[in-house]
Amino acid sequence: MTTTTRVMFPRMPRGPRQERRYLERPRQQGLVQRAVVESFRKLDPRQAVANPVMFVVWCGTALCLLLTVEPRLLDAQAGAPERGFNALISLTLLATLLFANFAEALAEGRGKAQADALRRTQARTQARRQGADGSIELVDSSDLRRGDLVLIQAGDVIPADGEVIAGVASVDESAITGESAPVLKEAGSDVAGSVTGGTRILSDQLTLRITADPGKGFIDRMIALVEGAERSKTPNEIALTVLLAVLTQVFLIAVATLPPVAGFLQDAPSVVTLVALLVALIPTTIGGLLSAIGIAGMDRVAQFNVIATSGRAVEACGDVNTLVLDKTGTITLGNRLAEEFLPVGGHSVAELAEVALGASCFDQTPEGRSIVRLAEKLGAVLPFAAESASGIDFSARTRMSGSDIPDGSEFRKGAVDAIKGFVRSRGGEVPEALDQCFERVSRLGGTPLAVCRGADVFGVIYLKDIIKPGIRERFEQLRRMGIRTVMLTGDNPITAGVIAREAGVDDFIAEATPEDKIAVIQQEQKLGKLVAMTGDGSNDAPALAQANVGVAMNSGTQAAKEAANMVDLDSDPTKLIDIVTIGKQLLITRGALTTFSIANDIAKYFAILPALFAGVGLEALNVMKLASPQSAILSAMVFNALIIPALVPLALKGVKFRPLSAEQLLRRNLLVYGAGGVVAPFLGIKLIDLAIGALRLI
Amino acid sequence: MLPWLLAALTLAAAALTAPALGSHLYDVFDDRPNPAWDRWITPFETTLLRWIGETGRSAESVASYLQPLLLSNLLCGAVALALLLAQPGWLNTRGFTGLRWDLALHTTISFLTNTDQQHLIPEQSLGNLAQLGAMQFLMFVSAASGLAVGFAVIRGFSGRPIGNFYRDLLRSLTRVLIPASVLLALFFLVSGVPMTLAPPLQITTLEGASQWLPRGPIALFEAIKQLGENGGGFLSANSAHPYENPTLLTNLVSTWAMLIIPAATLDAFGRFIGNRRQSNQLLALVFGLLLLGVTVAMAAEQAGNPLLTSWVSGGNLQGKELRFGPALTGFWSVVTTGTMTGAVNGSIDAAMPLTILTALFNLFLQVVFGGQGTGAAYLLVFALLAVFLTGLMVGRTPEFLGRKVEKAQVVWASLILLIHPLFVLIPAALTLAAGAGVNGITNPGSHGISQVVYEYASAAANNGSGLEGLIDGTRWWNLTTSLSLLGGRYLPIAALLALAEGFRRKPALEPSPGTLRTDTALFTGVTAVVLVILGALTFFPVLALGPIAEALTLAS
Repeated sequence: MTTTTRVMFPRMPRGPRQERRYLERPRQQGLVQRAVVESFRKLDPRQAVANPVMFVVWCGTALCLLLTVEPRLLDAQAGAPERGFNALISLTLLATLLFANFAEALAEGRGKAQADALRRTQARTQARRQGADGSIELVDSSDLRRGDLVLIQAGDVIPADGEVIAGVASVDESAITGESAPVLKEAGSDVAGSVTGGTRILSDQLTLRITADPGKGFIDRMIALVEGAERSKTPNEIALTVLLAVLTQVFLIAVATLPPVAGFLQDAPSVVTLVALLVALIPTTIGGLLSAIGIAGMDRVAQFNVIATSGRAVEACGDVNTLVLDKTGTITLGNRLAEEFLPVGGHSVAELAEVALGASCFDQTPEGRSIVRLAEKLGAVLPFAAESASGIDFSARTRMSGSDIPDGSEFRKGAVDAIKGFVRSRGGEVPEALDQCFERVSRLGGTPLAVCRGADVFGVIYLKDIIKPGIRERFEQLRRMGIRTVMLTGDNPITAGVIAREAGVDDFIAEATPEDKIAVIQQEQKLGKLVAMTGDGSNDAPALAQANVGVAMNSGTQAAKEAANMVDLDSDPTKLIDIVTIGKQLLITRGALTTFSIANDIAKYFAILPALFAGVGLEALNVMKLASPQSAILSAMVFNALIIPALVPLALKGVKFRPLSAEQLLRRNLLVYGAGGVVAPFLGIKLIDLAIGALRLI
Repeated sequence: MLPWLLAALTLAAAALTAPALGSHLYDVFDDRPNPAWDRWITPFETTLLRWIGETGRSAESVASYLQPLLLSNLLCGAVALALLLAQPGWLNTRGFTGLRWDLALHTTISFLTNTDQQHLIPEQSLGNLAQLGAMQFLMFVSAASGLAVGFAVIRGFSGRPIGNFYRDLLRSLTRVLIPASVLLALFFLVSGVPMTLAPPLQITTLEGASQWLPRGPIALFEAIKQLGENGGGFLSANSAHPYENPTLLTNLVSTWAMLIIPAATLDAFGRFIGNRRQSNQLLALVFGLLLLGVTVAMAAEQAGNPLLTSWVSGGNLQGKELRFGPALTGFWSVVTTGTMTGAVNGSIDAAMPLTILTALFNLFLQVVFGGQGTGAAYLLVFALLAVFLTGLMVGRTPEFLGRKVEKAQVVWASLILLIHPLFVLIPAALTLAAGAGVNGITNPGSHGISQVVYEYASAAANNGSGLEGLIDGTRWWNLTTSLSLLGGRYLPIAALLALAEGFRRKPALEPSPGTLRTDTALFTGVTAVVLVILGALTFFPVLALGPIAEALTLAS
């Protein structure tokens, strides 16, 4: 699942063979250099002011630099100018700023690299626009507007997002999905009816109705998202920023009021040491890493080949209480296969197979074809000429399909209830054995399909459902995280119950209609729960919009993708579970680093206060036995600076998420980041102090 | 050993009696029918409410709860201020004249905010009319206002409408404070506390000198002083005076009385949310912090000044009432600063630095039971912040009591964190910088810092005790502490109400295994740590320069 976006190029490499070069994957090696440059650029006060905690550090750095140049700037009577010490403090402060900027730039850089790769697919192309009178004119792709009709042919790059209104063609969507197998697109189909700008048509031709104005297409949205251009702070991030800003203000007051208080003891500390104390106390670690954590969260989602419309959506994933999952494709392998024929009413297996074959010869679904295969394996032959017959399509209302032949015979297969109704409507009798077969198949977790010809019931086809391996364990994990799973299926209640039990979901809704989906979601939301669901069809769009987290499959319709707040480019419904984990990881990382940052303050106090006020008898508080006051302050500052890059990998990768209960998670993370946050700086500062002593820096 | 036993007995008595009063408070503030009380009191309450044109319907917004609170407090304050400024002759047998304006203003604000910081000597400046009509009157009003706010906040946290201020104020008085004070006053009366309007007694001492013995209607005054966490003395010596605190028993009952209502408020909170496990955890947390402080202070007082141990035995006897001894005075000092009562039975100024450190620590935290009503509210805010900070670590938007903690809650809670630095550190720094002519500091070095910081901390926390060596009757002190008094009272009240009202409007969520439970020992431990870090870390520098430096100097 770690495929980075593979790019299919708008133009194939041309020219002499040696000079042909494929564009490389998004460059990872350039990231660090770019981030370094960017971290200096972010020193611009107009950018720095956006982060209140780091802006205080910025001001402190500026002040210390001034005091390095002119130590008597603020206090004309100051004793021996301590230019060297001031310079060292200024440098550590500057390093703190740069490290924080670097973390943010690195996180942004990953997204930018991805965006660049996407942008390359966006080369302007010419498009054949079809006028109202059917005439064709060649226009630039940027001139296309919503509602225009466009004709595209094999080899063209699709100029904009659109809906297929005529034609069948295979399309290479690897530019956005990374999946190289071509996808069939055709008109009138729910799932295969939409195409994305920037992908390439490989065969045949299509007529499209453009559905997005220039710059507003799917790829444009993706670029904006992965690049972080539209990144707005999530509610939780804002709340944390408020708290960090207030803590900063509180410490600002605490430090600013120190000179008169200490002055009463004739021991006023120098401005530079006060700045050092302030920077040590304010939560710079989390302040410096906060935005990087958020960006990295989005990025992790993108690495799963899922595009989130906002960071808010990713965070909401962590809060999800209920997952509404379609059975097919999520819990069971997509395709049910015919396993067995169960004849009733005195018919033989061979007869049943023949009628089943007759009812399925027009059925192109995997289930239908598996019935044909099984029947042919049993030696059945089609009892009529396919050309003369007409197929009856499955519909959600009739819940059956089949074929009509000119002699008036009606071959049908479908839900047992539906067939019963059909048979009775044709004046037939329903044998009791049918219900027994129905039950037998249902109890095996299979789907029973009844088969009849006209008024005569022949038996039941046992369609076997295969539960995805490992899904049960995943649901078990979800339950431990406090997430309820609800399975939706069109199956009858007995089958649904068996599968639900086997897969380990908490609840299921059998014989579900699209309306049921919305009803379930609304019902859960009424209890104050957040609901996540996946969907692809147009009729899923309202439910996707209603759900707190809606993940649309990329194979789905434009309507579904617009209603959803995430799009899964691999169209893998199971991924919802991974996204939930990423959302939780994001919140945990933020909480863990905040706890760590604040816990660090204890040690910093013990390092700096005794050093600051050595004159008033606070030596006993120097529990770390740091060499000298100046070395103590410098050590604390160096620790404060170094801890940011040390934690960058954690911020970018996220705290490892374990599916444990809240209590266990809290205990564990408190131990690591709370207790660790208290102890680590004591060790770190002492070590740095020893190093400073060894290097004779002071 | 005996003092430790008595202290333990008092704390145990408070812990054991809290649930009974808690159940009563729950009845009173959740409007649950109680036939015995309702039969006698309801008609009276209804008449009074109707008389001021109140329906008693719950406030729909913060403003409609806050406005009557501010208005009624302003009105009561104005009456008291007028009395103090004028001091008419009635009941004023010694003919005291009106107070200087700044002193009158400070005294009024101080009593109105449930602080009772006294920059005057009551028996030498206040007649009985002022004592009863201004001081005792404000003691009842401020305690009832505090209780009302406390329960409005508790209602909000439990998802109920925040209530009606007039109704809460009235019921606090009629069903809690007045009956309890009368009962306690009877006990004090029996123990020998005077309750008279007679003029001071002139006696001839053994040395033949003539002396005035001030007396007055002290028993009831004393009862509301302790129960309402007011702490202002009828006499300057406060509870060190035999007329306010005549026996060992009254001494212990007084400490019990300071603890009982705030402890019962927390217990009632558990009943409001239908989870007594939660309130018991919070009670355990607060009792734990109290016990920690009590141990430190009692041990410090009992050990005495290490520089004097070769001359004096029996602990730190300076500034102590010998009837109670050093250890029990240390115990009282911790309880009085923890509960924001501020009554004293010895001189905190003369206490050991560690005792002062504990007292200051209590003032900064404001939750070691804390003020009448407001203490429980502060504790909920800290629990909420603890949930917000650590709750993220379980991978969800943090939830407290079934509701999400989001931006609005954090904003209001953070505002409350800002109040203390603003109203303690800034004026303290200004005062220390102002120089000897202004600051009235009577001690050099670290202890001088403690005096100043303590005075503002006591004002902002609405405690009222002080390191009374400070010469604080000056215009500078009266006016600056008035600001701290007001800022430390009404800004947090507004923020608390806004927090509670916003919180109750959020949708309630069912707990799931993924929800962080807050009624566990683990989370209570987390809250304690967050409390200490957020509440005290800010003040660590001044604590270090004040009592900690003093303690270290003594020890070395």
